[in-house]
Amino acid sequence: MTASVSAQTISTPTVDIDALRAQFPTLHQEVHGHPLVYLDNAATTQKPRAVIDAISHYYEHDNANVHRGVHSLSERATQRMENVRNTVQRFINAPAPEQIIFTRGTTDSINLIAHGFARAFLKPGDEVLITGMEHHANIVPWQQACELSGATLLHAAILDNGELDLDDFQRKLSSRTRIAAFTHVSNALGTINPIEKLIGWARAVGAAVLIDGAQAIAHAPVDVQKLDCDFYVFSGHKLYGPTGTGVLYGKREWLDKLPVYQTGGDMIREVRLEGSTFAGIPHKFEAGTPHIAGIIGLGAAIDFLHAQPWAALIEHEQQLLAHATKLARNIPGLQIIGEAAHKACVLSFTLENVHPHDIGTFLDFEGVAVRAGHHCAMPVMHRFDVPATARASFAIYNTFDEVEKFINAVESVRKTFA
Amino acid sequence: MNPDLRGLYQEMILDHGRRPRHFGAPAQFTHKLDAFNPLCGDRLTLYATIENGEVKNAQFDGKGCAISVASASMMCEEVEGKSCDHAEQLFHRFHQLVTGKQEAGDIGRLEVLAGVKDFPARVKCATLAWHTLEHMLKGDREAVSTE
Repeated sequence: MTASVSAQTISTPTVDIDALRAQFPTLHQEVHGHPLVYLDNAATTQKPRAVIDAISHYYEHDNANVHRGVHSLSERATQRMENVRNTVQRFINAPAPEQIIFTRGTTDSINLIAHGFARAFLKPGDEVLITGMEHHANIVPWQQACELSGATLLHAAILDNGELDLDDFQRKLSSRTRIAAFTHVSNALGTINPIEKLIGWARAVGAAVLIDGAQAIAHAPVDVQKLDCDFYVFSGHKLYGPTGTGVLYGKREWLDKLPVYQTGGDMIREVRLEGSTFAGIPHKFEAGTPHIAGIIGLGAAIDFLHAQPWAALIEHEQQLLAHATKLARNIPGLQIIGEAAHKACVLSFTLENVHPHDIGTFLDFEGVAVRAGHHCAMPVMHRFDVPATARASFAIYNTFDEVEKFINAVESVRKTFA
Repeated sequence: MNPDLRGLYQEMILDHGRRPRHFGAPAQFTHKLDAFNPLCGDRLTLYATIENGEVKNAQFDGKGCAISVASASMMCEEVEGKSCDHAEQLFHRFHQLVTGKQEAGDIGRLEVLAGVKDFPARVKCATLAWHTLEHMLKGDREAVSTE
């Protein structure tokens, strides 16, 4: 079999993956009689014990509502949650904690911004520029915003290798562009976009810039001040944190002038029946009781990651991708979708005469969890003229042995359907 | 192959998946309906000639997984030459078969698709063509979605 290349030759001695894996309870189980090989990390990552414990600890010891009680538990809950704002601030090097808005996730963050732009900053004749490789979460909110405001939505094309067509991106930027919203890393192709360049070009025409960092945040350090983007958004659950948590970073000037999104408790200064005034940032964007336990869990996830040799683990992820890519190329009829020069650890592929859903079901019976489908990126599927792809996506805790189990399972699917 | 997996991918299903019967757009038809499974992006078009309460011809076109293609292929074979009432009854029994909600009764060789009931994520694959047929028999002209 093609996967017989020895994993020992490409081991990464600087990191102890077994010790790391020991901290993730979900990884240690069997699926259909095989040890779980979890390769659906672009959908969501597993959670380390530290995150699970932080959430339990909150519910067992500190559970109270935040920002309103004078009693000890409420003060403690508030303190723990607000500490996470500082943790996130440091994590992405934001200038101040109040520029970190807690949301339900990337989708929620983008909707907040698109809604605000539709209400206050977009008008007929204006343009919004996205790319053809966006997740639906960075397409549909802008379609809605343009529908509401009369602005026009443009998108930059993708090249055959899965990279963004930079010329097309530049061509579609103009003085009419109010905001350019694009992904840092494509969830369906793995492409890492040259966002520094894109941000520079967009800023040069006076456009605001939103980066969808959902797929990037767990795989490389992000410095929002160095990037000089106006908004950077991501989800907690793709960063080894809980689902239902997300972050919106914004430049202060934007957060101050962006209209409120959801309204209600906790986001007001004063409410009279005749009208209300709103709190300042960050609270003006955080209506209602937040996902306190989740946010505390997110803080634990970032602390967890900081305690690891992250640089070495990023290198490890890249080696997993390189190994998987090399072995996948030897499988007859396998086509890799997305072969950008710079890729995050996502391997999207099709297999001749086998539908991705059948691949997904077969692999599950070998204990291998992959995603099969359109990955909430239907325009990418249309661009490459496939109904769907199968996608293996790696994380810090995956091993070379798992890569080979995955490849062997794909090879066995191919033989079954041949 | 794992026996549970073999329950889903029986030889007849693999065969129909590889070499679907009644495949491709016919030169003539009285009915045509598109179907879409938004979960996976699969598309299917069902063509039929329905006259005097009888399905005289049924064919399909499109792309899908082995389960959806085999199910469409076998469905076209089963309903061709049958009355619309019979086809309608078959739809309901097939639906019961793959959702496992109640005994479907004798359903002939469609029984090979019974394994689908143990794979909730794949039920929509097996029923896409059948939902399309049912909508067609009811006279719907709007594209069918499994959602």
